[in-house]
Parts: sequence; structure tokens; C-alpha cells
Amino acid sequence: MTLKTITLTVNDMVETVDVPQNMTLLQMIREKLSLTGTKNGCAAGECGACTVLMNGEPVNSCMVLAAECEGANITTVEGLAKAGKLSKLQDTIIQAGGVQCGFCTPGMLISATALLKRNPNPTDTEVRSAIVGNLCRCTGYVRIVDAIKMAAK
Amino acid sequence: MANAKSKEQVINPIGASFTRNDVYEKVTGTAIYTDDFQFGNKLLYARAKRSPYPHALIKRIDTSKAEALPGVKVVVTGKDFPNRIGLYLQDKTIFATDRVRFIGEPVAAVAATSEEVAMKAIELIEVEYEELEAVFDAEFGASDKAPLIHPDLDKYICPNFIFPKAHTNIANHFKIRKGDVASAWEKCAYIVERSFKIPHIQHVPIETHVAVAQMDEKGKVTVWASSQSPFAQRNLIAHALHISQSDLRVIAPMVGGGFGSKAGVTMEAVPVALATKCKGWPIKFILTREEEFYTNFVRQGLTIHVKVGCDKEGNLLALKNMMYWDGGASTEYGTNVTRAGGYSSSGPYDIPNVETDSICVYTNHPIGGAYRGFGMSELHTGLDQAIDELAEKAGIDKVTFLKKNGVSEGDVLVTGMIMHKNGIQECIDNVAKSLKMGEKEKPSSPDRLRGKGIAIMWKAPAMPPNPGSSAWVEMSEDGNVTVGLGGQEIGQGTFTVMAQMAAAALGVPYEKVRIAGPVDTQYSPYEWQTVASRLTWSMGNAVVLAAKDARRQILETVAEAWKESTEDLDIINGVVVSYKSERETSLENIVIYGMPKENNEGWTGGPIVGRGSFMPKYVTNLDAETGQGPRAVVHYTVGCEGLDIEIDKNTGTIYVLKGAASFDVGKAINPALVKAQVEGGFAQGLSSAMFEEIKLVKGVMTNPSFVDYRIATAPDMDFPLDTPFVEVPQDDGPWGARGVGEHPMVPTIAALGNAIYDAIGIRLFNPPYSAEKIYLAMLDKGLVK
Ligand code: FES
Ligand code: FES
Repeated sequence: MTLKTITLTVNDMVETVDVPQNMTLLQMIREKLSLTGTKNGCAAGECGACTVLMNGEPVNSCMVLAAECEGANITTVEGLAKAGKLSKLQDTIIQAGGVQCGFCTPGMLISATALLKRNPNPTDTEVRSAIVGNLCRCTGYVRIVDAIKMAAK
Repeated sequence: MANAKSKEQVINPIGASFTRNDVYEKVTGTAIYTDDFQFGNKLLYARAKRSPYPHALIKRIDTSKAEALPGVKVVVTGKDFPNRIGLYLQDKTIFATDRVRFIGEPVAAVAATSEEVAMKAIELIEVEYEELEAVFDAEFGASDKAPLIHPDLDKYICPNFIFPKAHTNIANHFKIRKGDVASAWEKCAYIVERSFKIPHIQHVPIETHVAVAQMDEKGKVTVWASSQSPFAQRNLIAHALHISQSDLRVIAPMVGGGFGSKAGVTMEAVPVALATKCKGWPIKFILTREEEFYTNFVRQGLTIHVKVGCDKEGNLLALKNMMYWDGGASTEYGTNVTRAGGYSSSGPYDIPNVETDSICVYTNHPIGGAYRGFGMSELHTGLDQAIDELAEKAGIDKVTFLKKNGVSEGDVLVTGMIMHKNGIQECIDNVAKSLKMGEKEKPSSPDRLRGKGIAIMWKAPAMPPNPGSSAWVEMSEDGNVTVGLGGQEIGQGTFTVMAQMAAAALGVPYEKVRIAGPVDTQYSPYEWQTVASRLTWSMGNAVVLAAKDARRQILETVAEAWKESTEDLDIINGVVVSYKSERETSLENIVIYGMPKENNEGWTGGPIVGRGSFMPKYVTNLDAETGQGPRAVVHYTVGCEGLDIEIDKNTGTIYVLKGAASFDVGKAINPALVKAQVEGGFAQGLSSAMFEEIKLVKGVMTNPSFVDYRIATAPDMDFPLDTPFVEVPQDDGPWGARGVGEHPMVPTIAALGNAIYDAIGIRLFNPPYSAEKIYLAMLDKGLVK
């Protein structure tokens, strides 16, 4: 398998990685960069557990080829806290109790971070549709939605 | 310093909604799940060769081409692993040996240097089959016309409370014969007789099953697994491999959702089998989402025929239940689901005459396992809807009917056990009030019909009579406390609740308590399994005993050093105080180094280690013919749910306006966590009620993806959900607590079915209650054109 060398920014760090042509961004993040916070729930673009920000937009990283990420700016869950300080949303999801098993949490936080950036005051319906692609089997979404609204205030 | 500290008002850890003690890691992406462990370059990847047939004999397996493929380290088949295992009925082997019994059953497995090579190798394994007639329906399977799926059933080992019938497909037949049902019908003024078919559904944790196994040169095996049952897995896998339990170590880190699917042993045995043939190499096996859907434990399907009657005043008199459980290709776990469905078959109703036949049938479908509240959602789906109709027939308001017949303290239950005190009346009141039950309200548009439904439930921990829990408590120089335990944090918050209990029992602030994780069978104390909503109660009791043991040791140390009596001493907020001398000492250092005695008489105390173990000892077996016995279960948790909905006449779509759920939790150790469990369970129940079904066509699951098997998303849950809880204490629960992890999804299908009936006047017998089904039913009845 031929390797391609790409340079990209991940959580504000410039990284140069050799990736096989068929490697997904999710695999690269987890296996090459050892950032295991981003989760794999289906590898088919259907669960949102692998959501990361790519140039500010949420994407399912299992559906993006790493080889196509030359020059991209990626944020994973590990990049949300700055200098040891949790982001507002990380804080509110703790306060609201929106985490149970935690497997959906990284993707959920990324989708919600993107929402609040483009729409700082979302309605309930807008919050719910922003995370429609992030499946959670534990919480019933009740406290996740609460947390996103708390962070918006 | 110490002086001021002990006088501060402390927060009582019991009943406080502390934030979870695993949450920082979970929101920063640093929590470690099984697939996050790093194993270096030696890691091998496993794949399984699976049966494409629902029922067939294996005539020949040729693995030579796969073995010759570069990168393949090892290939294994069933011939090397003939031992049968199973949690209740030992009817399963790790790989199919002479015959396959469902589509997806592992026949062989490969470990290779990459996923790609492993997948290629699987294609190269040749298996020749001879197809057999298959069984796809439980009722047919139970008849003497059905082909036998396990001809050797009579030779299988099982505990004495499971009743397989030799030379049939019946793996367990549980019976209840209470009172005289036949003559009771004559006394009934109203009778309802209904049949329901509840489909197979899948657990769908967002983390699929994953396990890594490695055998060292001496033959010791280590397994890292996403697991609800590290100790049960140690026992069962050791048994399958003929190795000693102490040579098998299971390490179980954070679990990305379980809901019963990660209890017992399923795919974990596959990498272990490979590891035994490939010493020194770690081997990872991770299920694809598709495999997660069609090859793993499912919630088995149920066909239930229910007949229930009451007198003129609405007092329930008689119940007859005929239940056929579609147990699938193995019923190692399903036999106990059937049993639970049987001994709880009256639901939380006081009914003097009950006859139940709960029959677990082998079919050529996926294997039925434990699914959150197993047996109970299925049972209540039928029973609570039949009772809804009975109330209507009797002309009695539904809330009144439920309250009149709800089980209360002293009632003789369906098994002869005497009911303990419980809060079902309050639970019903809470839901009725929240939803204004009985008040007919207008729909929001002429295109919609509105209805309200209510249903009650009960559930006991379903387990062997004597599942044990144990715990230890240690302390460090800084006075912080570490609790060792073997129950798993699967999202429910048990680590947090255990820390709260240890803090309260010891007398230290919650923040000072840590949980020793991950659970590791080499160091952690024994715990049967993380199932049955049993941890708060059972493991909680063990943790409290361990904390009290540590507390006793501390007080004895201080008492000796101060020449006082332990009765005069207390630990408050991490400080030992004497009520008599008013002396104080913080726990720091003394819990490791002990204390000097006065007058240079040497030392007392030493490192503190508290131990606790708990096992219920009072559960008895039930008579094989009547299901009667003094004590069938440890206790019941009861509750009630309701829904206020609208249905769109043009599409059949359900819009939930409001939900309400109220459960008697005995004591809410952490109220926010209790509510979070109830919300999540309600959502899972509603999802199963509206969307979920494993569509099986001749044994093939035709919808094994999130696109075709839909689970509830955030927009589906866009309604207020009221979750007031009730606290009637459990006599042997810590602070009166009992479990509530599974219960919230138990009555939801029935509550929704009753709401649909209230809205459109049509009873639907086959969940899920999809928009399409509702629309067609309305069309059929001429409600819409
Ligand atoms: S893992 Fe990418 S969407 Fe599920
Ligand atoms: S918290 Fe478990 S999947 Fe969302």
C-alpha cells in the first residue's frame, strides 16, 4: 500500500503523518496520533461517535480519507479544553449530568461546539437537530440538550 | 485546624446529587475504553468465519489456504474447543462444532497482522455444509413437528431450577399453578383474552463488543474486554478452555454501554481461543456494527397469549398466561429470562388465581440474552394492555383500576412469596397527576387525535439465588479512601454511588473517596455480574460493610491510643472526634502508621483494610410443577409510566406531548443519577415501542445497520418528561435503596399502546408501533380515508 505524507493541524499542533491511501481520518487520529478520545461506533457515517471539527465544521471522521486532509485544521475532543481549563460546554455537560457511558460524549461535544459557534442562541429544536446524527443510547438526550442550552446562555 | 473542620456542616453523601466521579475523563476524551488500550506492534487482529445458514451440519472445514496466507498467525476451529459453556444451561460452544444453528454463528477464527489480512483469510476458509430444516417460530418449535435443534439436550448441564425437556426444542418450561384458575373464570364478570407478538430487538450500545486476549509463555491468559461480567467471564471461559480460573485474568475498563449485551460470555471467547494457539501475542477482536446487530445476544422474541378476568367491582380474579419465548440457537441465558417471565407473570397485580406456562424454545434465530429488564418489558407489553382493556370493559377508570389491583404489603404473590411494602400507589398517583389522567384534552389540530396511556410494572433482580458481592476499603497517608469493587461502571453511575456510600459509612467527605479501577479480576474483589439492577443494593451492601469494617479498625486504634472507649468516638468529615474528651485527630497518617500509645508504651493500629461481603441467603427454589415456594426473589422494584400523545391522522406519526415515569427506588442515593437512569430507560423503552425490530426473514437479519434499524434520536425525544421518584425503603438495602437501572424501559411499550388505544380506539398487538402500522390500522378501521 502506498503511503502519502500529509501535514495538517490537529488541536493547534502541526502534525506530519504518513497515511495509507485507504486510511480514514478516524483511524489516523486514533492509531497514528494516539488521540483515542474520538470514538468508532459504526465506521459507516451513521452514529456520530467519531465527529471532529474539520476547518470548523463537524464531520464524521470515519467517512473522510486521511489522505485528503492535507492542510486541514482538525479539532478533536482532546482539543476542547484549553490549558487545562474545560470549555463552557464541557463544564455544563458535567453540571447537567449529560454523560453516562460517555461513548457518545466526544462526538456530541464536538457537534454542539460547532452549533454554538454558528448559532450562539439556538432554540430547543435547533439544538436537537444539530445533534440528530449523534446517537446516544444511554441518556434519552434530556440532559445533553439541557447542557447545550446552559452553555448557550 | 482539625478542630474547626469537624464542626463544619458536612453534606450528607446519601441523597446528594454529586457529579459523577468518572466524568472529567469522559468529557476530555481521556477515559479509557477497551479499544483505547495501546498494545504496540505485536497486536494481531481477529476475524470470525460465520455460518451463512440458519441450520446445517458442518461436513468439512479446510483452513489450509487461510493458514498459508502471509500475515496469518493462527486459524482455529471448533474441534479444539469442544467444551460446552453457558451461564444457566450449558448448551454452547465457542465455535460451532458439528452443526451451525444460526446465521452468524462463529465456525472458525483467524488472527493476522492486519484487519485486511484477517478478512482475506476468512474468505479463504472453506466450509462445506449440509442444510437442515430450520425453526423460525417458537410455537412451532415447541411442537412435535419441529426438527430438533439440540438433539443432545438431555445431556446438557444446568442448575436445578431450569427444566429442559429431553428430545424436544423446549429448553425450559416454567409453570405457575396458583389457586384455581379454571373455576375462577365463572366468577369473573369481565374477561379479556388477547395475543401479542413482541419482536426481537437489539441492545445497540454505541461501543460495539471488543475484547483483546493474550496468553503468556506459562499459559496464563489476560483478557481486556468491554464487559459487564469480568468474573463470570473468567469462570466461563476458563471452563471452556480447561484452565484454572486463577490463570485467567479479565481487565474491564470503561464500558460504552451494555444494557445486558455485555453480560455473560459472547464474542470474548473468540480471541481467547486464538490466543491459546499463539502465545505471547495480544489479539484484538472488535465487532463491526453489522456483527453487533446480527451475531450478538438479542432480546428474544415473545408470543404471549393472555387471558385475564375481574369481578363486577373490578377486582382481578384470574390470569392465564401462555408464553413462547424465541430463545434462538442457544438458550444458555434465555432459560433464565423465561423463568423470570414466569415467576413475575402476574405483574404488580394482586391476583388470587394464576396459571402460567413460560416456555423457552430453541429456534434458528440469533441467541437470546439478557436485555435491560429481561422478560419484563415483553411480559408487561401483553399483560398491561390486556388489563387496560379489562378496565374499560368493567367501566372503571384506568387509574382507579390500577390502584385497586396494585400489589401491596402482605399480598400472596404469584409464587406464594409474601409481598414487601412498596410504593406502587404513590407511583401511580404521581404519573396520573403529572399527565392529568382521566381528563380528556383536545388535540392541537383537527388533523390529530389525542390519547393518554398508563401502565404499571414490577421487576425483581433475575439471577441465581446466591450471587455474591464483595468489596475492600483502603486508605492512604493523606486520608483519602480507595474502594475496591468488582461491579462495572457501564454508564449507570455505580462508581459514584459506591463512593457516596463508602463516604457516608466511614464518615469522610465524598470527594475523598476513589474507586479502584479498572475492574481487574486479579486485584478486584469478586462480583457476580453487573446485571439485574442489583449493584446499588448488593454491591452497595458489601461496600458499606467494608467501610464499616475500616471505620471499626480506625476507632479501635484511636480508642487504644487515647485510652477511651470506641462508643465515645465518631468519625465526622474525616476527623475522629471524642464526645467524651472532645479530643480530635484527622485520619491523615494514622490510617497507615497507626498511633503512638501514651506514656511511651509503643504503637497501636497499622494500615487500615476494611472488607465486606454480601450474598442473599434467603431465596428458595420453586416447585417444578406449581412454581410455588417461600421466597422466589430478593425483592421487587415497582413503578408506573404514562404518555400523553397525539397521532397525525394523515401519517400515523406519534407526537409525544409529555411523558411521566415514577419508580419506587427505596432510597435515591444520588437523585440526579436516578433521574438520569429513568430518562434514559424511558427513551430506550419508547424507542423500542416506536421503531425497533430485528427483521428476520428465514433466519436472516435484513436490517443490520443504523439506517435500517432506527433508534431514538434527539428530535424523537422532544417532550417534557416528568420523573418524580418514590422512596419506600428496602429492608436489606443500604439506606433502604434498591435498583432502578432496568425498570424504566419495562412498561413503556404498554403505556404507549394504551395511549394509542385511547387516541384512535384501536389495539395494536405487534410492536413496534410505527407510523405505518398505525396509519394502516386507522385506514382499516375506516378512521381515515
Ligand atoms: S463511527 Fe463515524 S459515524 Fe459512526
Ligand atoms: S452516554 Fe452512553 S451513548 Fe451517550
